[in-house]
Amino acid sequence: MSAQEIVREVDHSHMHVSDKMAIEIRDMNKWFGQFHVLRDINLTVYEGERIVICGPSGSGKSTLIRCINRLEEHQAGSIVVDGTELSSDLKNVDKVRSEVGMVFQHFNLFPHLSVLDNLTLAPIWVRKTPRKEAEEVAMQYLEKVKIPEQALKFPGQLSGGQQQRVAIARSLCMKPKIMLFDEPTSALDPEMIKEVLDTMIELAEEGMTMLVVTHEMGFAEKVANRVIFMDAGQIVEQNEPTEFFNNPKSDRTKLFLSQIL
Amino acid sequence: MPQTSYVRTEMVPERAPPPSTAGVIGWMRTNLFDGWMNSILTVISLAFVVWVLLSAVPWLISPTWNATSLQECWALIEAAGKPEGACWGVINERWPQMLYGFYPEELRIRPTLAFFLLFVALIPVLFNMISRRMNWLLLVLVLFGATFFAAASVLMVAVQVVLGAALAWLAYTVVTTKAGDRAEAIAAGASRLPNPLIFSALYVFLMPWLLWGGPIWSPIGAAMGFVLGWAAYRMLAAVIGNLGAIIAAFLVPVVWWLFLIGYFVSALSSVLPIGLEPVDSRLFGGLLLSVTIGVTAIAISLPLGIVLALGRQSDLMIVKSLSVMFIEFIRGVPLITLLFVASVLLNIFMPPGTNFDIILRVIIMATLFASAYMAEVIRGGLAALPRGQYEAADALGLDYWKAQRLIIMPQALKISIPGIVSTFIGLFKDTTLVSIIGLLDPLGIGNAIRSNAAWTGIVWELYGFIAFLFFVFTFSMSRYSMYLERRLRTDHG
Ligand SMILES: Nc1ncnc2c1ncn2[C@@H]1O[C@H](COP(=O)(O)OP(=O)(O)OP(=O)(O)O)[C@@H](O)[C@H]1O
Ligand SMILES: [Mg+2]
Repeated sequence: MSAQEIVREVDHSHMHVSDKMAIEIRDMNKWFGQFHVLRDINLTVYEGERIVICGPSGSGKSTLIRCINRLEEHQAGSIVVDGTELSSDLKNVDKVRSEVGMVFQHFNLFPHLSVLDNLTLAPIWVRKTPRKEAEEVAMQYLEKVKIPEQALKFPGQLSGGQQQRVAIARSLCMKPKIMLFDEPTSALDPEMIKEVLDTMIELAEEGMTMLVVTHEMGFAEKVANRVIFMDAGQIVEQNEPTEFFNNPKSDRTKLFLSQIL
Repeated sequence: MPQTSYVRTEMVPERAPPPSTAGVIGWMRTNLFDGWMNSILTVISLAFVVWVLLSAVPWLISPTWNATSLQECWALIEAAGKPEGACWGVINERWPQMLYGFYPEELRIRPTLAFFLLFVALIPVLFNMISRRMNWLLLVLVLFGATFFAAASVLMVAVQVVLGAALAWLAYTVVTTKAGDRAEAIAAGASRLPNPLIFSALYVFLMPWLLWGGPIWSPIGAAMGFVLGWAAYRMLAAVIGNLGAIIAAFLVPVVWWLFLIGYFVSALSSVLPIGLEPVDSRLFGGLLLSVTIGVTAIAISLPLGIVLALGRQSDLMIVKSLSVMFIEFIRGVPLITLLFVASVLLNIFMPPGTNFDIILRVIIMATLFASAYMAEVIRGGLAALPRGQYEAADALGLDYWKAQRLIIMPQALKISIPGIVSTFIGLFKDTTLVSIIGLLDPLGIGNAIRSNAAWTGIVWELYGFIAFLFFVFTFSMSRYSMYLERRLRTDHG
């Protein structure tokens, strides 16, 4: 299966980029000990954008999106998410985390809870939604990711693709304004990649603001409105997808594209 | 030329496996006689088992149940024409002592009741397969049975009538309603019986009262400490903030327990002198002593161990170093040393005249000892959890305590079950060490019996029986842990 075939036709009619800022990152720097992993990052994301971040391994893609919900702490500069600045103030951190959903490479479902309990946990304990209502919402999202019949199974009993779709549904149950994806398909077999990408495309078609770290260039071409290329902890190049793939400016980008396409 | 194309024309029907691989013969072939090496080992092991049984069984079957001394035993064995045999008379004569020590005979129904109630209280904690009605039924049954051992009085008859009626009603509903119908009725909003965990919580205060006696106001006062702490938290949280309220919720009960509860108990006792006859700690002994110390220490060391394990992983410097120091110190010291500290040294530090109960002191030391090990076992479970679990919990906006309670601890504890249960079993067996500081646990009682002229020289029967008593408990714990592991399995299946 080539990269083009795996991504279905995309309906762009509901995808609008508004001029309201969703995320604003200014002069952000991060170190792991002595290692300068993110350098002078400036990035503004507007509501409704679908941004794909790519780049060689170790370039800091994961670290960047993990800074956005403060799974990693930045040491300099500022990150404002939906009007809330991330600082050591835990209230702000909790607020941002409840508005930003995140999907991980290895799903990170809670193996001791059933699929339904995975989905209702955060709404019940963080949002204080009554259980019954939370379960109804959870079933809606399971239907949306096309696995309502798995609600009472445990994550260990599902295939990788199904688990990743549960993970997406789990994030959606918190009704996030922004979704972060860190290589959501790279732990999956090809036939499962498609079902997860389909779910992500559907989300994009509904107008969700998305930041996606991925090597699925077909997804980037058809869904993204902007592609960001990172190398050595810096944003090296960004552009809208057609221009990015057909007419890369920097040598690093050209080298990277020649290696993966 | 090799044939490269093939199409099946007929599907193969299902067949039974060959008889040599199925059934008893198949099982024996794969498990016992799989190759000549395996076969030889099987034969040798079988021969050994037979030899042990042949030597043990004739010894065990011995007509000495009614003997009152070792000499009488020998006479009975000789009369039966056997070369040797066990002397069971000692068990027959002394088993009450081995179970209760010197606990006053007429009051022994109290520890017995406490023991049976312990199971009723544990069921909702340990198992989730028994219905609420069933649980309450068991509770009422135990209480109803106990009333027949109490001194007969009008009040007792009244209590019996009430309990009997409750028993009949519960038994009737349990027998007549099917579980499925009941589940539907509950889903439709039928009122349920109260959660039996209420009784489990009450039992914590009921048990010491049943064992040690005293005015009923003592356990009520002890429970009120928690109520006061909770009330302090609720009232102060809005006024002085969360942290201050938590500190208050901690301090208020401590002040209550240390200084005020005495006045509360004596005041109410002078108005309403209801209570049980007090029993001194020195009279406790035998299995009663082991179970009292063991169960209490087990119940407290688990939560304490969790707190210590979390403390050891904490980002807060002081919390972390205190936890590490505590764990390393306690693990570095033999339990016997701690018990000696409990029995001798604590008295020196106590203000003169205070009477700090010896069993309580031992329980505190055993608990501290077990909790240090528990902390390390749980830390192992925590370390085995992938970092992704913490990240997923964080990313969903769960705060530290919620993440610990809902995500981290359930998994870490599940991983640690074998280690936790080993620690429990070790702790339960370690309770025999209290014989060294003069408390009469089963071994201490055994020594006392052996120093009696009638039974001097008896060994196997006595220690065998004690070993059997302990084995019943430790083996049940081990089986329970396996049941729990099976129940908590959530991968494939
Ligand atoms: N917790 C950490 N401590 C120290 N160094 C780290 C840590 N996490 C990541 N790094 C380093 O930071 C750099 C960037 O890591 P990051 O995971 O963001 O890369 P990436 O672009 O996501 O790579 P990949 O495509 O392999 O996922 C790497 O060199 C990595 O070794
Ligand atoms: Mg990465």
